[in-house]
Amino acid sequence: MNDNEKIQRSNLKRILRYFLIRIIIMAITLVIGVYVVILVANMGGAVDNIRKSQIREAIGTSLLGDEVYRMMKPEEKREYVKMLEEVEFKRLGLDQPFAIRSFLYLKQALTLNLGNAERLTSDTGSRQVRLIILERLAPTLVLMMTAFLILFFVALTFALFLSRRYGSFFDKMIIALAPLSAAPAWFYGIFLILLFAAVLKLLPFGGMVRVPPPDNNLEYFLSLLRHLVLPVSSVLLSSIFISTYNWRTYFLIYSSEDYVEMAKAKGLSSAMIERRYVLRPTMPAIVTSFALSLIAQWMGSITLETVFNWPGLGRRIYEAINNFDSPVIIGANVIYAYLLAITVLVLDVIYAILDPRVKVGAGGVRQ
Amino acid sequence: MSAIVRRLKELKNYPSAIFGLSIIGFLLVLSIYTVIAIPYSQATKLWRGADQIWIENPRFARPVFFDWFTPKKLARTIIVDSKNNPAAKIVERHEKDVEIRIILEFEFPYDEFPTEINLFMNTKLPDSNMYGTFYWETPDGRKISLKRGSIKARDSYEMSQDTALRRRLTGKDAHIGLFSKPSNQDDGAPLKGKYKLIIEALSFKPDDDLDARLVVYGTVHGIAGTDHLRRDLRVALFWGAPIALIFGLLAAVGTAVLTMLIAATGAWYRGVVDGMIQRITEIRMILPTLIILIMIGMFYSRSIWVILGTVILLGVFGSGIKIYRAMFLQVREMPYIEAAQAYGSSGSRIIFRYMAPRIIPMLIPTFVIEVPAFVFLEATLAFLGISDPVIPTWGKILYDAQSRGALYMGQYYWVVIPSTFLIITGLGFSMLGFALDRIFNPRLRRM
Repeated sequence: MNDNEKIQRSNLKRILRYFLIRIIIMAITLVIGVYVVILVANMGGAVDNIRKSQIREAIGTSLLGDEVYRMMKPEEKREYVKMLEEVEFKRLGLDQPFAIRSFLYLKQALTLNLGNAERLTSDTGSRQVRLIILERLAPTLVLMMTAFLILFFVALTFALFLSRRYGSFFDKMIIALAPLSAAPAWFYGIFLILLFAAVLKLLPFGGMVRVPPPDNNLEYFLSLLRHLVLPVSSVLLSSIFISTYNWRTYFLIYSSEDYVEMAKAKGLSSAMIERRYVLRPTMPAIVTSFALSLIAQWMGSITLETVFNWPGLGRRIYEAINNFDSPVIIGANVIYAYLLAITVLVLDVIYAILDPRVKVGAGGVRQ
Repeated sequence: MSAIVRRLKELKNYPSAIFGLSIIGFLLVLSIYTVIAIPYSQATKLWRGADQIWIENPRFARPVFFDWFTPKKLARTIIVDSKNNPAAKIVERHEKDVEIRIILEFEFPYDEFPTEINLFMNTKLPDSNMYGTFYWETPDGRKISLKRGSIKARDSYEMSQDTALRRRLTGKDAHIGLFSKPSNQDDGAPLKGKYKLIIEALSFKPDDDLDARLVVYGTVHGIAGTDHLRRDLRVALFWGAPIALIFGLLAAVGTAVLTMLIAATGAWYRGVVDGMIQRITEIRMILPTLIILIMIGMFYSRSIWVILGTVILLGVFGSGIKIYRAMFLQVREMPYIEAAQAYGSSGSRIIFRYMAPRIIPMLIPTFVIEVPAFVFLEATLAFLGISDPVIPTWGKILYDAQSRGALYMGQYYWVVIPSTFLIITGLGFSMLGFALDRIFNPRLRRM
């Protein structure tokens, strides 16, 4: 008992150390990633221009009520404004070379302190990029998390089911349907809207809840569910066949291992064989493949939300493109980098829990 | 090489591969036909719609083949021009003035009302100022006065927008009111038969002349229909094929080949080089591809070549690199590599001549499967409004349709036809790719 506890404690220690290392590596990766975004964005001078025009705007507004300024001659006015601008540029460090300035931008980007949007406003009326982006995070998380969870469990169940019935009609059907996953979710979204909203009039065209939103919590939830059906179905349609097909192949590969034959010979029940000898060793591979599909799905949420008029981040990005609002686009880049980094980290953690090699001490430097 | 050819011959045993190949073949033929029939410069000019090229097309018209699926006869566009029909015009010249009477007569056999009526007029003299009276005569002999007024050198009369006329037609738009049955037998369907538009014009310049062209816009047009700017969607539908093929193939080949070479370099040199490649791949993983592309499109250039280059650059350090690296680490230990090293070949020679060719069989299915992803990526960008401003593509049609609420307005053709082209292209490549995968990766074939 005592020994057992000791082993468990050292296991816990190893896992914690592994997480810590992963978190540090991810943080460094994220910083470099966001820096790359800043470099790309400012190669066209976009970040500089945004900063400068915001400073000019602020100076212009502050001079509106200035009596002394109003009495000046036009030339003096110009001189005065130029002087004020230079002081402000210097104060904010914008007169420094780009190499130094870029780190200033990096810090601002990482804290999402991106100043004001050019045209968009948040639903509460603010022009701060941080608010404009963050207020839309929750709807996106609701939509994508629902879709991801359903996708994972449904595909896993199907894959297990098919691996038991290799070569059956359903198996062949999944193989035939796998190429359908070539199309992204928004594409199926269009067809689902056409069929269920426009022709059959069963489900809403888009939006998150009905207008006006119901007061009652239960009704709000039901309305949300009704609006979730089509977007979640489109994510499922675009990913479920290929995921099921891939995972079924993993299961088939692992169920032809010798130790599975051995377990069968021992006379274990098929449910136990599946759980202990097939599902368990396949999990790390499945989690990795799921991680890759999640990253693609996050990107897909931009178009998916546009199609379904879902009031999330993606829809915001679409609005920002149409309004040519550069600060919001840069902010969206940063927030998506955060989302992707967190996704990778969470899946890393799950991977570590599932992969026994991490527990026995091979962790930390996973290749 | 012959091994690859031999394996490719196996394709004929896979029905899905044959299906995929025939789709790709169809797209190739369509692309070649398009590039010859509608040259690039003409296509971009048509799509820009300059000089009112499309003025005689209806707006939001469905494709003509919709007619086959309904017992009704759908309205097509009717154009009557006095220039082509000398009998329609009677000119009486006097000493100080000229009287012109034009009767534009046409048969209306359809079960639907038209969508718009326009009358375009041209006078002979550039500075003439004619006075005209316009009447409409229905098949059952009713005569409706349309308007009176001056006719300028290049004039048009948009009857559907004439509010005075609408009042006289008891609140109905001209294209409905003028084709309705008399109010006591109105059943919501248009009256079929011979209609006449009569113009009586008078000019005080005796050598003046007038020509008129009546356009009664229908509800169906061409093989693909038209959009909100009256553009024939055929142009974008046909041009979408070569663009999608070029973009998809170049991006897939570029990404696959470069990824493979980088993975081989990493596997061969190991150490720092390998570590760098691994770290870049990890950073690349958290870069949001689509928004970076949007950023490039907004801040730099929307040219399709710039976008293509960025797509390849971002794709190079994708997830594929780890898979290739694992393969190359095995290849690296093979005796023939050691032999090459023994005779003194350089690192680059080993990578290009000995390691890369070994992986090419694995590469072929991967890159065919990847093609649809890039085709859809281009469509996704276009759908978001980031696309080359001059080139008509499928994604652009969808963007127009989406931003004008086509599904909500019931203009299904506008969405369904370009989508069908997209999904067919995607299916063609991915079916072929899956079959190739089973041929070139025997482990899967056993499964």
